[in-house]
Amino acid sequence: MSVTPESFGGMTEALRKRALGHPGEVLIMALLVSCAAVSLITTALIVGVLVRESATFFQDVSFSEFFLETEWQPLFEPVSFGIWELVAGTLNVTFWALVIAVPLGLATAVYLSEYAHPNTRKLLKPVLEALAGVPTVVYAYFGLTFVTQEVLRPLLGTENVPVFNALAASIMLAVMILPTIASISEDAMSNVPRDLREAAYGLGSTRLEVAIRVVFPAALSGIIASILLAIARVVGETMIVAILAGSTPNMTLNPLSGVQTMTGFMLQVGLGDTQRGTVDYQALFAVGMMLFLITLLFNIAAYFFVRRYREEYE
Amino acid sequence: MASQPIILRASDAVARRQLVSRLSRYLFLGSTLIGVCVLVVLAYDTIATGASRFSFDFITNYPSRFSEKAGVRPGVLGTLWVLAVTVVASIPVAIGTAIWIEEFAPRNRFITIVKINLANLAGVPSIIYGILGLAIFVRFYDMKQSILAGGLTLALMIIPMTVIAAQEAIRQVPPSLRDGALALGATRWQSVRHNVLPNAIPGIMTGIILAVSRAAGETAALIMIGGFTFIRFDPGPPPVNFDALLDSFTVLPIQIYGYTIDSRREFQANASAGIIVLMIGVMTLNLIAAVIRERFRRY
Amino acid sequence: MRQLPASGVSILDTEEALIRTPGVERNITSAPAPAQEAIRIPPEEAVFRLKDVGAWYGQKHALSDINLDIPLKRVTALIGPSGCGKSTLLRCLNRMNDLIPSARIEGRVEYHGANIYDRGVDPVEVRRRIGMVFQKPNPFPKSIYDNVAFGARVNGIKGNMDEIVERALHQAAIWDEVKNDLRKSGLALSGGQQQRLCIARALAVQPDVILMDEPCSALDPIATLKIEDLIRELTQDFTIVIVTHNMQQAARVSDYTAFLLAAEHGLNGHLIEYGPTTEIFTNPRDRRTEDYITGRFG
Repeated sequence: MSVTPESFGGMTEALRKRALGHPGEVLIMALLVSCAAVSLITTALIVGVLVRESATFFQDVSFSEFFLETEWQPLFEPVSFGIWELVAGTLNVTFWALVIAVPLGLATAVYLSEYAHPNTRKLLKPVLEALAGVPTVVYAYFGLTFVTQEVLRPLLGTENVPVFNALAASIMLAVMILPTIASISEDAMSNVPRDLREAAYGLGSTRLEVAIRVVFPAALSGIIASILLAIARVVGETMIVAILAGSTPNMTLNPLSGVQTMTGFMLQVGLGDTQRGTVDYQALFAVGMMLFLITLLFNIAAYFFVRRYREEYE
Repeated sequence: MASQPIILRASDAVARRQLVSRLSRYLFLGSTLIGVCVLVVLAYDTIATGASRFSFDFITNYPSRFSEKAGVRPGVLGTLWVLAVTVVASIPVAIGTAIWIEEFAPRNRFITIVKINLANLAGVPSIIYGILGLAIFVRFYDMKQSILAGGLTLALMIIPMTVIAAQEAIRQVPPSLRDGALALGATRWQSVRHNVLPNAIPGIMTGIILAVSRAAGETAALIMIGGFTFIRFDPGPPPVNFDALLDSFTVLPIQIYGYTIDSRREFQANASAGIIVLMIGVMTLNLIAAVIRERFRRY
Repeated sequence: MRQLPASGVSILDTEEALIRTPGVERNITSAPAPAQEAIRIPPEEAVFRLKDVGAWYGQKHALSDINLDIPLKRVTALIGPSGCGKSTLLRCLNRMNDLIPSARIEGRVEYHGANIYDRGVDPVEVRRRIGMVFQKPNPFPKSIYDNVAFGARVNGIKGNMDEIVERALHQAAIWDEVKNDLRKSGLALSGGQQQRLCIARALAVQPDVILMDEPCSALDPIATLKIEDLIRELTQDFTIVIVTHNMQQAARVSDYTAFLLAAEHGLNGHLIEYGPTTEIFTNPRDRRTEDYITGRFG
């Protein structure tokens, strides 16, 4: 059977139709693209809402007051809208949460990746993942009824530990992000190729030296990514800080004082009766804008570190 | 040259290094167990406090002034209906987005922006989704503080993480399956629909279930939508019509929050009983997801 | 490439000269023991004396009845078809098999008279003295300097680190190529350079013995020749044991050669013949050795 000019033309026709696909497929493509568009629209809407409503806020409160004042007092005289007091609150709980969670999380990761027997690992990893699925309101409840009462006050003295304190919040936040740090770091460490470890053992290293001097540095970008993601989560967390740290803004890094975080203030407005359009209500969006920008920064940084760690070994 | 007998026992320096290494094992193990301990203590404390209050009546009772009678009925029903809306709204969009990104989108700068955008959205604090839902669904579309508004808000919140999980599942499907179909003359959509998707379903389902579990525990976003109310009726259908979705609502985590911050001591047990109910739901979902993942683990 | 003479070789019929070890069941598929004459003891002082060494991975019996003396400051090659246990044997010499949980060793591996598998022996002490270079170059993702200094730092070797690093890089014949930028990443070098970096890294620990597991199999021919030249140079100061699947390389580079064979892949590796390389390749005493060398199998 030979390919004649006539049949050849017919084949081209059929092939061209094939390339375009059935007309139904164009519809499917359009549907899929519009699905993807939803996420872009979401971001656009978030930015749009925050900018527009913040604009109302900034008609009444100057940028210099917002960024230069150090008191956040939206309701009582003297009214002041200095964002740094709320940022300090967020910084306070974030810092102490990291102080607790980073060493513990990395130690857990090192243990699971370098020391644990495969069966132990199989047992412990699901436990870690279970911790990751606990709703934050549960941590908040536990913090309120257990941590402050049964742990902090007995240990440090009731006079030293106010009912609302940043430390209780930091502890529960640390518990919340421990699985994130441990899991992603352990992943990064496990992906370090075996022959690097062999080379180190061959040079007469102990297990600890191999773990700390070879595996850990080699997994560093994944470890950093895990910490950045954890920071973003802590900064954005609401229930734990609202319930445990209190609603009194306080410019301090002292873990044993009550503070209010950005998210805590936002929840307070959401729960309250303040009127729409009033300055103290619109402050919600200005603070939200700050929060969005800060978490955006950490999320993007984490994205690039994750990509770097994936490129190195996969 | 006669060979001297060699001593291969650890010299002082090496013995020290080995001791440090051995001790470090226990240090790291201890750190790992701290996390486990916290979970155990948390579970124990919650069950101990809440067991007395936890009963079938607790789930079916409305809130009340009396702590023994106060239940979580509106919260449980509200959670179920809100999640129903969330699931219906988010699953098609999430899967569609993942398919498009992995299979059809041209590889250029634009796609990178889409991916970064998704990664960022997955990390946006939930309270900001609450603000978004408030402005768009409650106000602009005038859905009021309703199940529909809450469900759609949560849908927006869990779409990014679901997309990322679905992307991962689709990527795991070996290229040979795709190429095989294409080599036989299938169009790209046909190869996706009949070869790739069926194999990616377990992974996608796991991702969806975990995302729904996350939505089930969400509090802050729904408080912003207006879920913190004292409700003494059953939110949502019946009657089965659209207006039912416009009911005011509350969800279980918000009720737990309410009982938690209640200054009356006796309501603490209600909070922990509510937590037991919520955790049963969340853990069941996570367990199902884990089982699916293990059963279909081929690679 | 040397051609082996096709005829005129006298071969002892090893089947009749078999010496069976009493009391050990042998199944029909196992490779028969070597003739006594096929294992020659080198006249030089022995660094390693292996006595009845066997190795298991779980239930799999990988090596059995290895009796061998490795001479001082010479290059000893381990050759044999894939799966004969030569890498396993090499790794027995510096307790690298310890890293595999299911691995088990029996017999004695005497290093300068001391059994390295004795109770109370610390593997770190063993590996300080017996270094290893691997098949695929595996420099750390650190600078060239830090790669070489790693072992010295970890083992607390005293002295000026700059000098230690420079000397090791000289010894590994790579100093001239990297001296201008020691802070460059080890991974930025070519394959052959990376392998010489790994050799320098092993040398910096000032070992006594260097074990090499197919060090050139991942490299191009030019890099291979450079490393073979380096190996010959290093024997002035070090004892070298090299595993290779390339017979011509064994013939070029080694003073003594051991030929191993397994009943099946990975099962029951035995030492068939051992002796001076020139004799092994021109006048093998075991027929199986001759078959392998002339390419009839493997």
